[in-house]
Amino acid sequence: MTGTAAIRCQGLVKRYKDVVAVAGLDLEVRTGECFGLLGPNGAGKTTTVEILEGLLAPDEGDVEVLGMRWATHDHAIRERIGVQLQETKLADKLTVVEIVTLFRSFYRRGHAVDEVLDVVQLGEKRNTWVSKLSGGQRQRLAIACALVSDPDILFLDEPTTGLDPQSRRQLWDVVAAFRARGGTTVLTTHYMDEAERLCDRVAVVDHGKTIAFGTPKELIASLGAEHVIEFALGEGQAPPDDAALLALPGVREVRAAAGRTTLTVEELHRSLPAVIDELERRGLGMTELVTHHATLEDLFLHLTGRHLRDA
Amino acid sequence: MLERNPLVQLTLARLREFVRQPETVFWVFAFPILLAVALGIAFRNRPPDRVRVAIQAGAGADSLAAQLAGAKALRLDVLDSATAAARLRTGRVALIIVPGDPVVYRFDSTRTESHVARLVADDEVQRVYGRRDARAVREVKITEKGARYIDFLLPGLLGMNLMGTGLWGVGFAVVSMRVRKLLKRLLASPMRRSHLLLSFALARLATVGLEVLALVGFGMLVFGVPFRGSVVTFAVVALTGALTFSGIGLLVASRAQTEEGVSGLMNVVMLPMYVLSGSFFSAANFPDVMQPFIKALPLTALNDALRAVMLDGTGLAALALPLAILVAWMVASFAVALKIFRWL
Repeated sequence: MTGTAAIRCQGLVKRYKDVVAVAGLDLEVRTGECFGLLGPNGAGKTTTVEILEGLLAPDEGDVEVLGMRWATHDHAIRERIGVQLQETKLADKLTVVEIVTLFRSFYRRGHAVDEVLDVVQLGEKRNTWVSKLSGGQRQRLAIACALVSDPDILFLDEPTTGLDPQSRRQLWDVVAAFRARGGTTVLTTHYMDEAERLCDRVAVVDHGKTIAFGTPKELIASLGAEHVIEFALGEGQAPPDDAALLALPGVREVRAAAGRTTLTVEELHRSLPAVIDELERRGLGMTELVTHHATLEDLFLHLTGRHLRDA
Repeated sequence: MLERNPLVQLTLARLREFVRQPETVFWVFAFPILLAVALGIAFRNRPPDRVRVAIQAGAGADSLAAQLAGAKALRLDVLDSATAAARLRTGRVALIIVPGDPVVYRFDSTRTESHVARLVADDEVQRVYGRRDARAVREVKITEKGARYIDFLLPGLLGMNLMGTGLWGVGFAVVSMRVRKLLKRLLASPMRRSHLLLSFALARLATVGLEVLALVGFGMLVFGVPFRGSVVTFAVVALTGALTFSGIGLLVASRAQTEEGVSGLMNVVMLPMYVLSGSFFSAANFPDVMQPFIKALPLTALNDALRAVMLDGTGLAALALPLAILVAWMVASFAVALKIFRWL
């Protein structure tokens, strides 16, 4: 089945009074892939996902989910999708197993409740009240409610926002397992590492529009350089101007912000010694030097001039 | 099989949330009983107080006081005119007698107490001046169960409680689900919307029996409140009332976006009925022009019907009007609520 479209949408527009949340968005999600919508807060990710989930009606555009359309096949689509919303707080005074059993009762087909609790590693907490769960456990419970119907498509809206690193990894394991069984996932996130780790393909969204689209590898490669060098200089020292830095071997892009200079480079082993030599030649002393592989964060910075988190 | 029935599961969820919330259990079960105890004690039946009457000091005052001394219904003081006037003004005496010919009674005719004092004092004064009874009378004193304040109060408290539990129970739960985005999450599932709304009504039906039993049972055991009607008729009235107020609760909560907002709305809905609908005192005290409006209120209909069954043993057929009023409110509330309900 891989290769056919699970979701297709074209020219999606959604306005709230005088704010345009989604401004003409096209997407195609293939069956069996994990698709990421990556963008800063307020980029229109949640609005887009809620339109795909049938919770919001778009002002313009066309949405097809599993070959069906909202408004004519609502019930049939809902039977086959699993949804985790960004801000749902499940009933505090119900136990884990009671809540998943409740959600299971809404669907014609699905998994046994305890089976799903094992998948999300909440088996031991089955009789615990929601109010007694940690943030990560609540999020996994929300995903259990989405998975209990054995959905064809799983929608996750910022599933790991606010979670500690261990909880995030546990959640990633759940998503990876769902994908391994052939499920299609649509995920929104503003964490580039999450998108790189989980997603087969990513749409980078900003101001309600897709600004880049492809596999994480392709997108990073589109920067034309795979490494990033960041350095900071001592108090009162000005870095060399951009032209001087761009003249160094392999340097593709220069950015300076908040006392730090960021260089995007093709080959670290050629550029790094050249940068160090150049700074020494000018008598500038570094207080910090960091290098890393280029990420989607760098891509976003390259495309918008802003960081994902503070955009 | 029940595990797979959405209506059963939704209703169970509601009931579990209800019993796991100690404060709701208090408000639904303990509070009305405490209120019945407090009001039952405050307004218990006892012999009427003696009427306080002042005789204004002056010529003939002392001899009149001496002649009236045997009158058991009066409590007399001889006071100078300024003191007597001050006490009348502040309600510490109900009437001032100024001796002379004619005898003058000074009192506030709009006060029931003063009016009674005028009748009792005049009777005694006329006797002193020689009036004789024209016909012998015999008194038969009774204290009939069913005519006491507690008997009047208990069905009223029950009606009030059915209203409060229906509105708070349903209204608050709905808004809290909306605030928590739980309604939105449910909407994203294939759950039938009518099942959710129905689950509120079903959960209410499951708790209303206990609620009625607790309050009525307490009233019968502790205060000896009579129960003259049929249990079935009473159950029909109570269930109809409970469902009506669940519907109104749903309507009040159908668009509210915050818990504070819905609290305010519920008070707006309930407060007039607390006062007007005859829970604590008879609605007949209000002017005639208001009566059609008061009679159309759902709590008035419920209180009247509950009282009629409990105290007068009225049958179902004779309760057609109040039941029709309740059903009309119920149907209209559910229908409008469904139509304007905000899920997101």
